[in-house]
Amino acid sequence: MTTVHPQIHTDSEGFLTEYDEWTEDLAGQLAERIGIELTDEHWKAIRFLRQDYPTHGETATLRRVSTLAGIPVKQLFALFPGKPAKKMAYVAGLPKPRGCV
Amino acid sequence: MRRLVILGGGTAGTMVANKLRRRLPLDDWRITVIDGQRDHLYQPGLLFVPFGGREDLLKPRRRLLRNGIQLLIGEIAAVDPERKSVRLSDGEVVCYDYLVIATGTSPRPDQTPGLLGSEWHRTIHDFYTYDGAFALRDALQGFTGGRLVVHVVEQPIKCPVAPLEFTFLAEAFFRRREMRDQVELVYVTPLDGAFTKPIAARYLGGLLDDRKIAVETDFLVERVDADRKVLVSYDEREIGYDLLVTVPLNMGADFVGASGLGDELNYVPVDKGTLQSTAYPDIFAIGDANDLPTSKAGSVAHFSAEVFVANFCQYVEGLAMTHRFDGHANCFVETGDGKGLLIDFNYDTEPLPGRFPLGRLGPLSLLRETKANHWGKLAFRWIYWNLLLPGHRLPVPTRMSMSGKHRPDEEVRP
Repeated sequence: MTTVHPQIHTDSEGFLTEYDEWTEDLAGQLAERIGIELTDEHWKAIRFLRQDYPTHGETATLRRVSTLAGIPVKQLFALFPGKPAKKMAYVAGLPKPRGCV
Repeated sequence: MRRLVILGGGTAGTMVANKLRRRLPLDDWRITVIDGQRDHLYQPGLLFVPFGGREDLLKPRRRLLRNGIQLLIGEIAAVDPERKSVRLSDGEVVCYDYLVIATGTSPRPDQTPGLLGSEWHRTIHDFYTYDGAFALRDALQGFTGGRLVVHVVEQPIKCPVAPLEFTFLAEAFFRRREMRDQVELVYVTPLDGAFTKPIAARYLGGLLDDRKIAVETDFLVERVDADRKVLVSYDEREIGYDLLVTVPLNMGADFVGASGLGDELNYVPVDKGTLQSTAYPDIFAIGDANDLPTSKAGSVAHFSAEVFVANFCQYVEGLAMTHRFDGHANCFVETGDGKGLLIDFNYDTEPLPGRFPLGRLGPLSLLRETKANHWGKLAFRWIYWNLLLPGHRLPVPTRMSMSGKHRPDEEVRP
């Protein structure tokens, strides 16, 4: 996962480090880079992540998304195959979710 | 009379009750601890039970609380934060001026389909509970070989290194019984490595490799098929087992959720520097009960309790709280054969190698297997009952120190 825009700040794995540098257009491009075409269902998850982050202070976990946004974990795996928590965070321009130690 | 009510008499609740009893005048303050169980369980001791460890695991809570602390045994049904009262399931209502939630986190096998059933405590086990640890001891004694799977459902869990420790101890256990070649060991985790933090993950991953323990990563379990003896993930991978040792989903107490005080896992959202509830300023959540982004571990309960007590004494005087918790955690990790390692970290600094200064007892090695670290872990039981719970100071700094630590030369990426 790397990003296309030199002017966008990312970490070593391509996750955006500045919340405000994200745009909906950029989300589409980020999704494309990991082989995902965004549908309304994807956007429901991404919008929840974006709206949750500023108050919660952490990237939402799969459980948080499924409980609070009402999208079953199984569906998140279908929408963002393989590593849904990371892929959602990547597309939503949020820090890589940390599995707390 | 001002009323402080502490929900939960575990590690954090007991420590804080005892510390505050010495700080708050008896004439002005009534301190009440409410817990559902009469006995206090020494949770770090559970790890050794499956391998035959005999420790004093239980002590009556009453004996662990100072004189002048009221202990109420009863199940907590709900908190009404507007009326500042706690309702117990027998109908009793206890009012408070200040509330401390210290009801921890508990394994919830009921949250994963297929765990609880006729195979529970037969071919499917947990080890973070008193009954689970003893049932697993019997299962290991009778295990004649096959595939042992150690599995974590989801983060966060209390004592996050315990599943790795269990795996190392199991490997040594089978070697000692001269049956290691008849046992296949698999470690299954929802994380993308053996551990969350990169430098420690690399080191611990190396220890698993050395011991020929297979690791299955990014495995988020959807259900367990107990008849076919397989774990099934959300992305439809399957892992078979003969004996499953799982760490079920961990959740905060149900009354926290029922009272509208919790997040999606019933943890109380708090300010990560002060442990004060973000919703109600007269409520604090300590130990494993809050949503701090650090380990759910006794060391965190201890270090954050020091900060909390200092802040609380300011808060009740109407002063600004001037102390901030840094997320400091410190864990001994058993690695088998009488050795262990030590990790020390906080919100911002991952576990690093080096030396850990420890008063006159001399430094301990960080992220390196030594016998001294194992003895440190065993000695901790005495420290826990006799120094930590009574609220005495330990020769360990509350804030993490970089003294003795160093970053490995090469850059490590997650």
